[in-house]
Formats: sequence, structure tokens, C-alpha cells
Amino acid sequence: MATLVYINSENGLAKSAYEVVTYAKKLGDEVVVVTTGSQDDSTLAALGNYGASKVLVEKSVNGNDAQQLTRVIASAVELTSANTIVFSHDIIAKAVAPRLSVRLKAGLISGAIEAPNGSTIKVNVFSGKAFGNVSISSDKKIISLLPNSIQPEENGSACTVEGFEGNAGELKIKLIETKKPEGEIPLPEAELVVSAGRGLKGPENWGMVEDLAAELSAATACSRPVADIGWRPHHEHVGQTGVAIRPNLYIAAGISGAIQHLAGVNGSKVIVVINTDPEAPFFKAADYGILGDAFEVLPRLTEAVKKFKASN
Amino acid sequence: MKILVCISKSPDTTSKIAFKDGNSKFDEDGVQYIVNPYDEWYALVRALELKEANGGSVSIITVGNASDEAIMRKALAIGADEAIRIDAEPTDAYYVGMQIAEYAKANAFDMVLTGKETINYNGSQVGGMIAEGMDLPFISLASKLDANGNTLTLETEIVGGLQIVEVETPVVVSCVKGMAEQRIPNMRGIMAARTKPLTVVPAADIAPLTVFENYTLPEAKSACKMIDPENMDELVALLHNEAKVI
Ligand SMILES: Cc1cc2nc3c(=O)[nH]c(=O)nc-3n(C[C@H](O)[C@H](O)[C@H](O)COP(=O)(O)OP(=O)(O)OC[C@H]3O[C@@H](n4cnc5c(N)ncnc54)[C@H](O)[C@@H]3O)c2cc1C
Ligand SMILES: Nc1ncnc2c1ncn2[C@@H]1O[C@H](COP(=O)(O)O)[C@@H](O)[C@H]1O
Repeated sequence: MATLVYINSENGLAKSAYEVVTYAKKLGDEVVVVTTGSQDDSTLAALGNYGASKVLVEKSVNGNDAQQLTRVIASAVELTSANTIVFSHDIIAKAVAPRLSVRLKAGLISGAIEAPNGSTIKVNVFSGKAFGNVSISSDKKIISLLPNSIQPEENGSACTVEGFEGNAGELKIKLIETKKPEGEIPLPEAELVVSAGRGLKGPENWGMVEDLAAELSAATACSRPVADIGWRPHHEHVGQTGVAIRPNLYIAAGISGAIQHLAGVNGSKVIVVINTDPEAPFFKAADYGILGDAFEVLPRLTEAVKKFKASN
Repeated sequence: MKILVCISKSPDTTSKIAFKDGNSKFDEDGVQYIVNPYDEWYALVRALELKEANGGSVSIITVGNASDEAIMRKALAIGADEAIRIDAEPTDAYYVGMQIAEYAKANAFDMVLTGKETINYNGSQVGGMIAEGMDLPFISLASKLDANGNTLTLETEIVGGLQIVEVETPVVVSCVKGMAEQRIPNMRGIMAARTKPLTVVPAADIAPLTVFENYTLPEAKSACKMIDPENMDELVALLHNEAKVI
């Protein structure tokens, strides 16, 4: 019996890869990783350090067609007699895990938010306004883990990396073009996020937000109206109808903290709110509050971070 | 083009979230239901735009009880041609996905559209499940969708960016922001919706695979610590020493 972990290694290994292997290890069985593409073996062997005993690589499959990946992972499930399959709850898992659930008739719990603990699994429901404890009634089980939910744990070992031929089947989706902005930190994976809302008055004032984000190596985000009026790109919109994030630190400047906004960020470990209105609802959800003008506070905070970095 | 749009209900986004029966059930008392925003704003409106440009039909489908017909009528008022309700409690995503897959297989649609996720369970599961149940390609998190005959061109979110793909119908697509703009139903639409067909179909025999055992609410945050706006060094020190996040 084994636990199978799917990892996307296309761009090397992200922190979420270490998180899911650590999670799988805690389930108790042997951990086997399956991945596709042409990542070199030494990079993949590092997964042993988090509890994997073996990595299976299907080199002939490249890209992220959900239908093909589902078939490859199903082949790996058969090969390893895995009973549980673990994903990171990212864009790929959102397409692949449900397909695999149907293919294997394996119950799927998406978005686990803590280390395994008994027979039920805790997930966010109602956009983070509550938690649900879910159980799976089928023999085979699939779990996807929300990024930034557990700490990776190292054990000092390496593991073997083996080629493997999965039954990928026909590729039905033709890739025309990929657009990846260089050097940007993808929002769902970011540990630190600096976000701003309508309080910033206009797109020309976002330099202050970007400066602070750059100083902290943080990603940038925004409230919905800001994306709707086109001050910022759509993919930065967080909240109930945008991206849900759970960084270690969320800094919100000039955002009122409407319930729909909070729904996307209330999983953040620490929230800092900068607002001129003492009645802004966001203060109720904040750990640290600054009653002040973002136009003064943001540059001052950037300077303070600079100073801190220089002395540490 | 014959399009099927999957419509679910969700509590109004400002609803107070509470549970009853030993925290095992969502307390619907005083909750106002709306069409799940992704299903309405993006999937349904884009389907209508494609129909307006190329002809065809837009059907909506909901797995739910008679009480869900209010939100289904709203979808008809926005412009869908007909509605199908699969008469069942939507117990889990697998159950819902398989019901819709059965119906869609039997009725030969060119395209099945879903929202990105329901904002109550946030599972992002149903679309992929329908696709596998029908053995069709699934284009997940699409922010643009154009049709040229049977060839679709889509822009989708990928890790750290976007990609453009092409695929032949039939397919299943889940929709996110960017695809269309919200439409407010007008009086004519609302009147017409009353007489549009809403067919109730019995559920297929399918066993769910997961169970929501119970719910909990987050602990209240302790009071927010206020920091002097002149003293950002203090904030940085707290974030480093106390919160340990930088
Ligand atoms: C169905 C639905 C879904 C929604 N989904 C989302 C979602 O996903 N995400 C989202 O964000 N919103 C969402 N909304 C919108 C939400 O209700 C709020 O309207 C929105 O979050 C407000 O954005 P804001 O805080 O940027 O703007 P405002 O509400 O205008 O707030 C601006 C804030 O900036 C402060 N301010 C002004 N000047 C300064 C200054 N110089 N320095 C510091 N502070 C200043 C003000 O005091 C105020 O608190 C949704 C709404 C609905 C109905
Ligand atoms: N009960 C339902 N009836 C019809 N469609 C549904 C239902 N539940 C979910 N869906 C569709 O599936 C999408 C994803 O839902 P979920 O997997 O619950 O996040 C939604 O945006 C809807 O389009």
C-alpha cells in the first residue's frame, strides 16, 4: 500500500511540493511521487528529504492537459497500488483531481487546510467564513492540500528517481501560446502579499505598493473594484469572487474590508491594515492596524523594511 | 451551437453563516439565495453572447430541490432558453457531476459550461467530474472563450500566467472573470422567464463519495494592535519578533 503524490515539476520544485510530500508522509504509508516532463533527476531526488521513497517520471508527457495527466496518474495508482492520492490544491489539481475522482471512483476532498488528524479532513467552506469536516466513504481517497497550510518537514534522506510509462492517451487540447509575466510571484503561492484598494485613488499611485512589495519580495493584490475599473490586472483581484489566498502576511492599504473581500484573505496568518477611517470594518479582522494615510504610511513602511534588512 | 450551463445557488455574499443540528447543517434561516456569481456572470452570459453571435440554444441545468427554481428563473430571465432541474439534494460534487454528465450525454450538447467554483463549498470539483464522466476534454479556469465553427479558442489561467489553447467541441469548460460582464435582467426578460420551459427530471441512481460530517466557525480574532502611523520601525519589529512573518 502506498500514498501517491502528484507534483508539477515543470518549473522546478515549489514549496507546495515539499508541503504535499510532508502531508502524505504523515498519512503513514510509503510515499511515491509521480510527475511528468524533463526535470533532472537530482532536483527530483530532493523530495526524499520530505519523506518520498521514490519518484516516478513520465518523461514523454509535457504540458498540463488534464485528461492526459489523469490517465498518467491513474497508471501510477495501479502500479503502486496506492490507496490515497495527494495533490497541492493549485490550478492543475483543480482540473485533474476531479477527473481522477471519477475515473477511480475515489472520493475527493479539495483544499485541506491542516495536517492529517483523525478520519475527517478540515476544509474551508463559505469562502473561509467557516470550516467543514469532511470524510470519504470510498476505499480510494483523493486529497488536495491548500498551499501554505502546513510546514515542510525535512529528514535528511534522498530518494530514487525512475522513469515510468503511463498510458497518457491522445492529446486533445492544442497549446497555441503561453504568457508568463517574468519575475512576478504567483499570488496563490506568495507568502507575503501587499494589497491596495480604492483608497489609493488611481493607478498612478500603485508605485508605492510595488515598492513595498519589492522590498519585502511580496506579491501584489487588489480589491475587486480596482480590478474592475482597470487600475490593476484581473489576476490580482482577491476575495470571494477573485483569488483566495492564505499568505503568512497580508498588508491591506486603502481597502475597507467588505465581507466579500475578507472571504478571500481571512486565512492569512497575519493581517496589517492601513486605513484613514477608524470605522473601516477591516480593522476588526486585522492583527496590526495603522490609522493613517496610505500615501504617507506606505513609503514610510518601505523605508523601515529597508532599514531592517540592512541591519539583519 | 447547443450549450448547457450548470447553475448552482449560493447564499447571498453578505449572509451570516451559522449552523444548526449540532453543527451538522447550514442554517438557512433568513438566508437569501443568489445564482452562484461565477455561473451567472461568466458562464451564462458568455453562453448567451455565443448564441447571439452564432445561433443555437442555451439550456441551464441545476441539481437541486423545488426551492431552487427561483434562481433558475433568474437565469431564464437573463436569457437562457430552457431550464432543467434534476430533482435531488446535491449531496456532494461527485453526485452532482455524475447527474449532469448522464443528462448531458443523453442530450448531445456541444459545450457544457460551469463556474470556477461554488462560493459555498469552493470545491472546484463539479466541472472536471462532468468532463471525466463524459470522457471529454476539460478546459479549466477559462477567462476567454471564442468559437469558430466547432473550434474553440480559449484563454486559461495556468500556474503563474495564462495560456491560449484550441480544442474541438464537444468540451466542458469552467469559467472565471474576464469571460463576460454581468447582465441585469430587464422587465421583458423577467416576464418571458415565467413561461419558458422548466423541466424536472428524476435523478439517476448514484452514490455520493464524501460526507460533510460537521462544521465549525473560526475563532474570533483577538483585538487589533494599533500602531503609530509615524513609527513604522515598530511595525517591522513586531512583524519580525512577535508575528515572525518577516
Ligand atoms: C457578489 C459580490 C462579490 C464581491 N466580491 C468581491 C471580491 O472578491 N473582492 C473584493 O475586494 N470585493 C468584492 N466585492 C465588493 C465589496 O463588497 C466591496 O465593494 C469592495 O471590496 C470595496 O473595495 P475597496 O475596499 O477597495 O473600496 P472602498 O469600499 O471604496 O474602500 C476604500 C477604503 O479606503 C480608505 N481610504 C481612503 N483614502 C485612504 C487613504 N488615503 N489612506 C488609507 N485609506 C484610505 C477608506 O477609508 C475606505 O475604507 C463583492 C461584492 C459583491 C456584491
Ligand atoms: N447543484 C448544482 N447544480 C448544477 N450545477 C452545479 C451544482 N453545484 C455545482 N455546480 C456547477 O459546478 C461548478 C463548480 O462547483 P464546485 O465544484 O461545487 O465548486 C459551479 O460553479 C456550477 O457551475
